[in-house]
Amino acid sequence: MTDIVDRTGETEQIDSIVIRFAGDSGDGMQLTGDRFTSASAVFGNDLSTLPDYPAEIRAPAGTVNGVSSFQVHISDHDITTPGDAPTVLIAMNPAALKADLGRLSPGGTVILNIDTFDERNLEKAEYTSNPLEDGTLTGFKVIEVPMTSLTKDAAAPLGVKPRDADRSKNFFALGLVSFMYSRPIEATLDWIDERFAKNDLVRQSNRAAFMAGYHYGETTEEFGHRYIVKPAHLPPGEYTNITGNVALAWGLVAAAHLAKLPLTLGSYPITPASDILHELSKHKNFGVRTVQAEDEIAAAALAVGASFAGHLGITTTSGPGVALKSEATSLAVSLEVPFLLVDIQRGGPSTGLPTKTEAADLNIAMFGRHGEAPLPIVASYSPAHCFFAAIEAARIALKYRTPVILLSDGYLANGSEPWKLPDVDTLPDISVPFATEHNHVNADGSTEFWPYLRDPDTLARPWAIPGTPGMMHRVGGIEKQDGTGNINYSPANHEKMVHLRAAKVARIADDYAPTAVHGDADADVCVLGWGSTWAAIDAAVQRTRRRGQKVAWVHLMHLNPLPNDLGTILQGFRKVIVPELNLGQLCRIVRAEYLVDATAVTKVQGMPFTALEIEDAIERAQEELS
Amino acid sequence: MTDTSVRLTTKKDWASDQEVRWCPGCGDYGILQAVQFLMPELGVAPENTVFVSGIGCSSRFPYYMNTYGVHGIHGRAPAIATGVAVARPDLDVWVITGDGDALSIGGNHFIHALRRNVNLTILMFNNRIYGLTKGQYSPTSEVGKVTKSTPMGSIDPPFNPLAVALGAEASFVARTHDLDRKHMIETFRAAHDHRGASFVEIFQNCNVFNDGAFDEVTGREHRPANLIDLKHGEPIRFGPDRERGVVMGSDGQLRIVDVAEVGEDAILVHDAHRVDPSLAFALARLSTDDHSPTPFGVFRSVERPDYGTEVGAQLAGAAAKKGPGDLSSLLRSNGTWQVTEQM
Ligand SMILES: Cc1ncc(C[n+]2csc(CCOP(=O)(O)OP(=O)(O)O)c2C)c(N)n1
Ligand code: SF4
Ligand SMILES: [Mg+2]
Repeated sequence: MTDIVDRTGETEQIDSIVIRFAGDSGDGMQLTGDRFTSASAVFGNDLSTLPDYPAEIRAPAGTVNGVSSFQVHISDHDITTPGDAPTVLIAMNPAALKADLGRLSPGGTVILNIDTFDERNLEKAEYTSNPLEDGTLTGFKVIEVPMTSLTKDAAAPLGVKPRDADRSKNFFALGLVSFMYSRPIEATLDWIDERFAKNDLVRQSNRAAFMAGYHYGETTEEFGHRYIVKPAHLPPGEYTNITGNVALAWGLVAAAHLAKLPLTLGSYPITPASDILHELSKHKNFGVRTVQAEDEIAAAALAVGASFAGHLGITTTSGPGVALKSEATSLAVSLEVPFLLVDIQRGGPSTGLPTKTEAADLNIAMFGRHGEAPLPIVASYSPAHCFFAAIEAARIALKYRTPVILLSDGYLANGSEPWKLPDVDTLPDISVPFATEHNHVNADGSTEFWPYLRDPDTLARPWAIPGTPGMMHRVGGIEKQDGTGNINYSPANHEKMVHLRAAKVARIADDYAPTAVHGDADADVCVLGWGSTWAAIDAAVQRTRRRGQKVAWVHLMHLNPLPNDLGTILQGFRKVIVPELNLGQLCRIVRAEYLVDATAVTKVQGMPFTALEIEDAIERAQEELS
Repeated sequence: MTDTSVRLTTKKDWASDQEVRWCPGCGDYGILQAVQFLMPELGVAPENTVFVSGIGCSSRFPYYMNTYGVHGIHGRAPAIATGVAVARPDLDVWVITGDGDALSIGGNHFIHALRRNVNLTILMFNNRIYGLTKGQYSPTSEVGKVTKSTPMGSIDPPFNPLAVALGAEASFVARTHDLDRKHMIETFRAAHDHRGASFVEIFQNCNVFNDGAFDEVTGREHRPANLIDLKHGEPIRFGPDRERGVVMGSDGQLRIVDVAEVGEDAILVHDAHRVDPSLAFALARLSTDDHSPTPFGVFRSVERPDYGTEVGAQLAGAAAKKGPGDLSSLLRSNGTWQVTEQM
């Protein structure tokens, strides 16, 4: 990945680089990685990030379980993945080396904080012999830097105690890497000033460590030349760097704004969904109400109540929280009120891998309710796309008066990418009118409001909200008569209602644009993707086609109902492969729906696919056909 | 909230056209009547009123009111109603629940709605039984109760609903019973007029599965001896000739005494507005069975900020500080950079 493009003086120009910062959970690696990312974004690189941290807030210090990493891929061209294998690994202690050395690409560079390579730390990392001496690092470029002691030296003149100075060593590493990769430093220094404004000694200590790291790179022979990754050729425009969770939260704010409705969120903290609760809680000036409920059941029920009252009711969760929301979601199916359930998928079952990504909640989203309870499912495919997916999910919920499940995942949630900001005036109007007038005339000429008298096109029922005179009505989970909404247990009526609710959801597909087939429409093999596999599939399809092989790619944003044209499209290929971070959940659905020869490509390691894995799968599929 | 601009209504305006389907003789009828009698007196409009319920016989209630209504899911009514009340502090939101609905499956939502002081009027129909599912014991059933699921008698000690509510920091706690319409109306009115979460336990007779559960307290012939009618600011006295009373011992324990023995001045004066809930708590626990003197009326009614208003105030505060939300600036709030043609 470090193809040399140009060599001018001491600065080597490279087109892309993948750097992995790894250290103990207490070492501030997420902060360091994040800051490096921001500096790169401002510099104009395209980038993609992958934070990877332990589930425990404080796993035992110095152990492999306690390692926290942040991988960033920066590039001078359009990229979508955080990079397959890092080309540079910064290991702040032996455990970090042990955890992440296996990921480093052959010939890659390892920068070690050599101060931590003592017997005690080696033992904690369960190294039986010293990796610096036993050949473990053969084939890599190893740079040993005494980061802890240099940081202490730099901070000592400020009167910082050595123990406190130790906490600044991540800034030393950041300074060093900033030099190596020619990142502008002013923005980072300003950021340090702002972030640590409250504690002047810490601020100064971090600044001193950062500059010490930068100068160490400048003056040490080991870093004889530096590298530069040129700004990417991104389409012109105004950009911000955005994570999936922030994009999703902003998308929800935007959706409420575009719907001209207040937003009420009910949520219960759970990784990795909590950041949406945090982000939305900041935007009360948009009329956003957030309630941290007593549990996920209440959070969902509360959102249903808010929707009944005329708000855009939303609930956000992950993992086991999704299961707890099933009951209220089924109620929303029966009440036919707009309602959004946002699921940031993580490794499961149960607590599973709370901080790692997986996309194994498609089954529960599709089928995880009692009775016949179909609902639309929208899946976001990149961090920035979470913004648009949120608006689309809300649009469907409002237009069809239905609960919608919006799927994102841990990788999208915490990963980031540069986002060319949309012109907010071009975003769609998704508002729907409330019902305010009677819609039924009785035989005697008197009129009434019938809450289940449907729109003939969408089959949506009218939405009349409390406070509207003359429109009082009762809704409930008990089966009701079509039209009047009165309790009705009759066999024929129940069958009619089950079919009506299903038909309403099926009609949503009529709204979709024709499904795009990327790559070669006349290929034998088609990759069918959904969700965050987008990045790896995109890279793999590009590589395959650059090698002169044909391949097609369809990526789904709507998982229920599936696009009307999908069956015909898939049936046009000899082989369909479906990469999924689960054991083949979408694959099973398309096989059942369309009788196509689809094969699942699965991965459940808490990590996204690499482009190489998908590329290999495409190649295997092609070989099988020849 | 009393709104004087609201048009006058009659009881008929508050009844829906749906046939009431409780068992003949069920105590729920009397409660429905009381509520329908009260509503026109409150000066509120049906369109600004929402009844939210869980699941149970009692929870069918909203279908019979000509207001907005949600018949929700078992135990979740306080949560659904919290959503309504937070979204729309302008509405009058009532919660109808049963002893199983509120205290078993919905125990968590119940205590948290009270703790947050959401502006809800919660009426809990306590028949000490699961009515709808045909007669299993409930969290308020007495030890030893023989039901379909406890053929050898229940071994679960029951909850004291008022004590649970007080423990959850409820700002309004009261008790009434289905045989006294006037008492119900006055209790519901006080509960409604209280801003914040009001909790009313209603002793309700399930004549099919737990008939006569409260007879020895609420039956006409037993009331003089066993029904203590609490009135704020008045000495707590009862009995056919008001000859008995409640005193607080030096150990803080409440005792029932003969007034003649201790003297009138020794009788405890009820103070529903006392901030400290210990008196209300002691009164709630005065009777631990269903055949001894039992207090009714308002145990506690104190002022506390209500949740919906507080949420609204934060929104208004944020808007005043930051100005109304602007989408375009939101998208730029984490910093941006320009990519130009030449690059
Ligand atoms: C999730 C769920 N579990 C169980 C039930 C069955 N169920 C319906 S009502 C009820 C108990 C009702 O008792 P209570 O709340 O005291 O109301 P009552 O019928 O006595 O008025 C039960 C167990 C249900 N509807 N939903
Ligand atoms: S079962 Fe009991 S509580 Fe239910 S309607 Fe009949 S009498 Fe009333
Ligand atoms: Mg009951």
